[in-house]
This record gives sequence, structure tokens and C-alpha cells, in this order.
Amino acid sequence: MKMKKDRGPSPDILKDPAGWVDYRLPFKWLVNDHLIDYPTPKNLSYMWNFGSLAGVALLLQIVTGLFLAMHYKGDVTLAFDSIQHIMRNVQGGWLIRNMHMVGASFFFIVVYIHMFRGLYYGSYKSPREILWGLGVIILLLMMATAFMGYVLPWGQMSYWGATVITNLLSVIPLVGDDIVIWLWGGYSVGDPTLTRFYALHFVLPFVIAAVTMLHLVALHTHGSNNPKGIDLKKETDFIPFHPYYTMKDIFGLGVYLMPFLFMVFYLPDALGHPDNYIPADPLVTPAHIVPEWYFLPFYAILRAIPSKELGVLAMFASILILFILPLLDRSKVRSASYRPIYQQMFWIFAVNALVLGWCGAQPAEGIYVIIARVCTFVYFAFFLSLPLVSRIEKPRPLPKGI
Amino acid sequence: MAQKTAKTSVKITPSKEQPQQPDRRDFLTTVFGMFAGVGAVAAVLPFVRSLSPSRDVAAQATTEVDLSDIAEGSSKTVMWRGKPIFILHRNAEQIAAAKRDDGAASLLDPQNDADRVKKEKWLVVSAICTHLGCVPGKGGQHGGWLCPCHGSQFDTSGRLRRGPAASNLEVPPYEFLNDTTIRIG
Ligand code: HEM
Ligand code: FES
Repeated sequence: MKMKKDRGPSPDILKDPAGWVDYRLPFKWLVNDHLIDYPTPKNLSYMWNFGSLAGVALLLQIVTGLFLAMHYKGDVTLAFDSIQHIMRNVQGGWLIRNMHMVGASFFFIVVYIHMFRGLYYGSYKSPREILWGLGVIILLLMMATAFMGYVLPWGQMSYWGATVITNLLSVIPLVGDDIVIWLWGGYSVGDPTLTRFYALHFVLPFVIAAVTMLHLVALHTHGSNNPKGIDLKKETDFIPFHPYYTMKDIFGLGVYLMPFLFMVFYLPDALGHPDNYIPADPLVTPAHIVPEWYFLPFYAILRAIPSKELGVLAMFASILILFILPLLDRSKVRSASYRPIYQQMFWIFAVNALVLGWCGAQPAEGIYVIIARVCTFVYFAFFLSLPLVSRIEKPRPLPKGI
Repeated sequence: MAQKTAKTSVKITPSKEQPQQPDRRDFLTTVFGMFAGVGAVAAVLPFVRSLSPSRDVAAQATTEVDLSDIAEGSSKTVMWRGKPIFILHRNAEQIAAAKRDDGAASLLDPQNDADRVKKEKWLVVSAICTHLGCVPGKGGQHGGWLCPCHGSQFDTSGRLRRGPAASNLEVPPYEFLNDTTIRIG
């Protein structure tokens, strides 16, 4: 066992109040070592802006969500009307709700870009595998949170989206049906379901915040990767986080807020579905059910496979496979800029993901199913070919420094 | 280690070469761990159970339905346990179609019509698509229902005729109380 560091006598509270506090709670270490003097690679591009943007997006969801919760009612007889009440009667309620709705979409845009950044620059490789894994956990938590949040307005899409998605679990052998009933707290999606989704939707973002803290502890253990993907050793390769990256991140935030606020004020419903303004009706399924746009690629994979069981399995696998990406990719070179084969695979994968998303929004028939099948194949082929590719690929010469 | 052997005085002090025997403290640690584990599971159970359907929900398990207002050839949708049930008053043509297809190769979940009805005029089936739970509407190529979500089709006996669902519409438990009333559940 190591003894605690001897901190000597406490500074006098009157002569040095900051020192007095710091003696008891080391905020200087927290703020200075992690936000101000924190050594950061000097060559980071704007692709490194999206982590802090994700943090802001999370904060905004928590703040707007908290104020919505002060007017929302999590009861099937009241939920839909309480949303109308927020939109029409609560002063500024429409603004808060629009920010929360558009904010969820933008949060996903930011995190998806953040992840593709990691994918391109090999940020998931040693020594950042756990950092990456925590990111995937955050993504799963975000998906659960967003899914349950979309149920709360209790419109037609809320109800039927919840029905279809919870029914996915019925494929679990033997106990599947019982699990679904347990999850619903009844024999169909209903009041108990809405109430528990509300409770979970309220608490999960705080879990996300906690996991994000671990994500940052892992990040600050080895520091940021950089666009060249090489380990930086020289002191001159780094600059202090403040003022350089605080300013760059704040500028980026300003740019981000422009399209965000444009959507909030002028197109708040553009990313949603009009059917959700029809109150939930357990007797009538809308003609065309689509999940929120950020689930579409995964929804396309689900529907591409003709068997229910395998479809569900493939859908979950398409996300979980991200966890083992660091194991699949054996190449020591991080940045795709120096990996001729992987670089092309990356772009194919990115375009493929977009096409999958587009397929997810189309009816599940004819040519769309065929395209979705091809894309599902490409999606998994990307991951499963990595062990081989990373063995045969001849990387371009790496730069000596930055 | 020195500390540990000092406390377990009953035990013969192990020499360095001997493999480490489990001592009394290891035993206590194991027992403690097992009790704590069982206790933790026991403590979680009430929470898990609280999420199951509550007693009043489970109590709404039967519904009585008056059939007299359903015209021949048409159907009515009623709620049972919060879920819709189709009651189809089949006409001669629909009954014939259902029987004709009894052995058809296009049945994906083969079942005879007679095993799915109590009286052949009345088809009582769950209105929940066996794929992912949407409510099918009238339509499809078999005179029955078409699911709007992913296109499953069902015939006049509620049997599956086209995927992605994997089984027929379920027949809920029900009984005829008299000629024009049934009790579901
Ligand atoms: C709530 C969501 C998230 C927040 C708030 C967040 C926050 C951050 C921040 C502030 C950074 C440092 C700045 C940067 O490199 O851009 C970072 C780095 C990183 N994040 Fe996230 N993140 C989130 C989700 C994710 C997800 C879903 C993944 C991937 C599955 C991920 C993977 C990474 C990786 C690999 C790094 C290291 C990047 C590098 O240094 O090259 N993050 N994160
Ligand atoms: S829920 Fe009916 S076909 Fe999928």
C-alpha cells in the first residue's frame, strides 16, 4: 500500500481562499491539467471538434428535457395532449420542444461523424481500444434513450414503433414472449410501458454523462490521436488546450449552431414523421412505419434478411461488431491516409452506410430489398475482411513527425 | 501471507514448497461471497417482478363479446387484454375458401381450418401480426388480411400465406356462452 501524498499544512482561508479550497478539492488539477494546460497535438483538424460538440449536444438534451418534464405527463390518456399543451400554451414551450427534437437528430449526426472520424484515423487502435468500446456503449445508450423518447408523445409512430421494436425481443428462444410481456408490463404496449419508458428516458442521459466521463478519463490517459495517426513524442508537437482548442471548439460550436437553430426555427418537423401528430390508436397501424432516420441503416439490415430470427440477430450484430473492431484490424498503422486498401474500404463503407439508410426508408419490397441485401453484405464484409486486409496491405511510408 | 498464517493458528503452517491449501479465511470469504450473491439476487427479484403486468391488468383477462351485430361476410375488432381481436362472420364462400386451402402447399404454417374455429361461421383470431405486432388490414391475395408493416398476408382462416411472419394469426382461448355471445380469455 502506498501512503497518501503529504500535502503539508493547509493554506490560510483568508490569505489564500483558492488555495484553501484546492487543498481540500483539487480543482486546479481538474481544470488546469485537463482543460487549460492539457497538452494537445498541434495538428488536430476540425474532425476533432465533434467530441466536444457531442458533449454540448448531450448537455442541451438534458437541459431542454428537464424543462419539458415539468409539463409533460407520462400517462396514456394525457401524454398526447400534454405535448399539444407544451406546443401551444406553455410560454416558449414550442422552442424548448423543437430544440429537444432537433437536438436529438443533431446529437446523432455529431456522434456518427465522431465515430467515422475514429474509423478513418484508427483512433480505435491500441492504446485506445477501451476508449472506443466506451464510445460504442454510449452509442447503444443513446439509441435506447432516443427510442424511448420517441414513444413519449404517444402518437401513431410512437405507438407502432414501440410495438415493432419491442417485439424484436420475441425472437429470443423459449422466453422471448414472456420477456416482451414483462417489458410492456401488460399484454400490449400500454400505460405501464409509457410510464416506465418515461422514467428510463429521464435517467439514461445521466448514465450517458457518467460513461462519457470514463470515456474522457480513457482519452486523457494517452491523449488524443491525430490526423497522421503516429505517436507524438516531441514536446513541440503539442500545444496547450487553452486557448488554442478552446477557441477552435467554440468557433466550431458557433458553426454547428447555425444549421441547428435554422432547423429549430424553420424546419422543426422535417426530420420527424407527420403520423406522430395523430394520437396513438392500438387498432390502426399506419400504412408505412419508419423509425427515426438515425436508425434507418440498422432497420434496413433487419428487413434485408427474410428470416425474422436472423434479421434481428444481424441488426444487433451490426452494432455489436464495433466492439471487436480493434481485434479485427491488425494493422499497426492508424491513419487511413497511409493505408492504401483500408482507405478505399473506408469510403466504400461510408457510402454503403448511407445507401443502407436510404433503403431503410423505402418499402420492404422488390428492388429495395435486393439493394439492402447487397449493402448488408458489404457492411459485414468490411469488418470481416479486416484481419486479412491488415495482413496483406503494404502501408505507405509514415511521416517521421508532424 | 505472514499475517494470514499467524491468524489461522489451527492450521499446520505450510512450508514454502507446499502448494497453498485453502485455509479458513478463504472458506469464509467464499461463503460470504455466496451469501452476498444469493442475497443480491433475492433483492433484485422484487424489482424485476414489479415490471410484470400488475394484478389489475392480469385480471382484465376475459372479455365478453356480443356477435349479433356482425353481418355475414364482415368482421368486428374487439379488445382483449389491450390487444385487438378480429371476429369474422364468415359467409359460405369464405368458409369454402378456407377449407379448400386446407392442404395447400402455399400454407407456410400448415393447419386445417377445422382446427382453428369452434363454429365454422365464426373465425376468432388475434389481430396482431405474428411478425412484429402490427395490425393487419383487409387485403392481400387470399381474401383475408394484409399487414401494412412488412407485407405478411393471411387468408380467411387467419393462416399465413406470405412472409416475413412465420406463423398463423393466433387463435385466442374463447368459448361460446350462447349462440350470439363469446367469452375470450
Ligand atoms: C455522448 C456521446 C459522446 C461524447 C460526449 C464524446 C466525447 C468525446 C470527446 C470530448 C472526445 C475528445 C475530442 C475528440 O477527439 O473529438 C472524444 C474522443 C473520442 N471518442 Fe467520443 N464521445 C461520444 C461518443 C462516442 C462514440 C459513440 C464513439 C465511438 C463508438 C466515440 C469514440 C471516441 C474515440 C475513439 C475518441 C478518441 C479520438 C481521438 O483522440 O482520436 N465517442 N469523445
Ligand atoms: S409486423 Fe406484420 S409483417 Fe411485420
